[in-house]
Amino acid sequence: MIEIESLSRKWKNFTLEKLSLKIEIGEYFVILGPTGAGKTLLLELIAGFHSPDTGKILIGGKDVTHLPPEKHDLVFVYQDYSLFPHMSVEKNIEFGMHMKKIKSKEKLFEIARDLKITHLLDRYPLKLSGGEQQRVALARALVTDPEVLLLDEPLSALDPRTQETARELLSTIHKNKERLTVLHITHDQTEARIMADRIAIIMDGKLMQVGTPEEIFEKPVDSQVASFVGFENMLSGRVISADRGLLRIETSEMIIEASGDIEVGSQVHALLRPENIVLSKTSTDSSVRNSLQGRVTEVWTLGALVRVKVDCGILLNALITRQSAEEMNILPGISVYAQFKVSSVHVLR
Amino acid sequence: MRASIRKISKFEPLTFIFSLLLLVLFLFISITLSNMIIRQIFDDFEGLVKAVENRAVISSIFLSLYAGFLATLVALILGVPAGYILARFDFPGKSLVESIIDVPVVVPHTVAGIAILTVFGSKGLIGGPLEAYIQFRDALPGIVVAMLFVSLPYLANSAREGFKSVDPRLENAARSLGAPLWKAFLFVTLPLSARHILIGAIMTWARAISEFGAVVLIAYYPMIGPTLIYDRFLSYGMSASRPIAVLLILVMLSIFIVVRVLSAGWSIYDRD
Repeated sequence: MIEIESLSRKWKNFTLEKLSLKIEIGEYFVILGPTGAGKTLLLELIAGFHSPDTGKILIGGKDVTHLPPEKHDLVFVYQDYSLFPHMSVEKNIEFGMHMKKIKSKEKLFEIARDLKITHLLDRYPLKLSGGEQQRVALARALVTDPEVLLLDEPLSALDPRTQETARELLSTIHKNKERLTVLHITHDQTEARIMADRIAIIMDGKLMQVGTPEEIFEKPVDSQVASFVGFENMLSGRVISADRGLLRIETSEMIIEASGDIEVGSQVHALLRPENIVLSKTSTDSSVRNSLQGRVTEVWTLGALVRVKVDCGILLNALITRQSAEEMNILPGISVYAQFKVSSVHVLR
Repeated sequence: MRASIRKISKFEPLTFIFSLLLLVLFLFISITLSNMIIRQIFDDFEGLVKAVENRAVISSIFLSLYAGFLATLVALILGVPAGYILARFDFPGKSLVESIIDVPVVVPHTVAGIAILTVFGSKGLIGGPLEAYIQFRDALPGIVVAMLFVSLPYLANSAREGFKSVDPRLENAARSLGAPLWKAFLFVTLPLSARHILIGAIMTWARAISEFGAVVLIAYYPMIGPTLIYDRFLSYGMSASRPIAVLLILVMLSIFIVVRVLSAGWSIYDRD
């Protein structure tokens, strides 16, 4: 278990502010945030490479705040894997074993077999591919039986196909070691969503929200988090009626309906993902209660999906399939209805 | 750096002129040295043989190599840790410290000699209190101190560059695998900067052996190679001093070639 208590640290002109976080034993915990949010700094503080200005870090109940990194009972795996270039793969793996006085060749061969790097043991790190380097780095870390594995953007240096294999590998490792706590940082939402038991969102040095992937991606607690996790459309307005979980929200341009339980008169933000907007040439579909007329202003094709900007008084971003864009002949200038379900609107005070 | 080196494939006036200037530079150095050596061998081979047989000559050359070696050893003990601190930490006054370390390179050698004599002479700041235990004036310790003063910057600077070229994250990785800082330094950082330090040590040693001005002021005797060459030149002229000069350069060149060949297999692991 990792307990972080109001941790603060100034670093050049960046500040990590009063951060408190509790990570359970055996959890796969992902810290998600945009680049420059202070994720790596937080991880390096936990690893003991820097000292915090204030606050405490406990690992497995032991206060390690002012202990040197080698006494933190965890292993840090950097984004570029930081393999020792002057040592063979075997020597790299043995390094941690020597330091922790583990004298078992068996164990080395076992981990090499598990991570499929037996054939690489005599090679040198600079001659390995990114995926191979990552497996060696994981072997070097896991062979020391750490309680906690810290992963700094473990997938971002890999090409998309290797990423998928690596993701599966990390999941398998975590599944097979019941008590292994993994702390994984990334800026990639998809990665966080697939991998995490729980996610913490960090933005600009502050902890914004902690929760399960569902809570984070469906119910962000504020508009900043919401826009980071993909609620690109935000409409601000006032609740004018609330009836059995159905809200009517009046914005300066329109009235929309949403599900929620907020008292009449409250100022709210209505948030909407672009993929939850359907474009239609007519407003007839009755199962959808929100249907706003607008004009297409911009169209970008992104492979299988098409991103469309619609001016409905305010600009809405919609993401539709290429097929439906072609069927409806979506082009800048044409008139469309932007439709979305009551349940896909996330309302924040 | 490696990516910026390319083969000259197309004719470019600038590349052509620069190459010519490189040729001039190369010829200036190699002709000056080889002409001296060749003239000595062909015009006065007997003089060279006599120099080899002369005990004073051999012992002065040996003293040069030995004192230079001691100076390099001390420079390693001082310069490697200093280089590590300068490479890894920022502290107030760091650029002042770095500039002062470079000063011996730009100070005229006789000025350095006077300064060393002032400090290490029998009434000096350090030489005075130590006089009962160690003699600097006209003794080996004086030669070593003078050599150390003028050559230390080479070692400190190349050690610093060597340590800078090692990604601190490698050290962090080592530490999170359970290594205390001294083990991370010894097993990761030091081997990865070994080639930089070796080159620095060779430069330091070469600089130490070639020093004349600073050494001669604190210790005319026992005579190191360059002092003997100067002494013979003043007393007997060119024909008496050149054989010693040729001998000294031949010994130094062969040692450098041996060290370079032996260390050629060492790899450099620079960050990109």
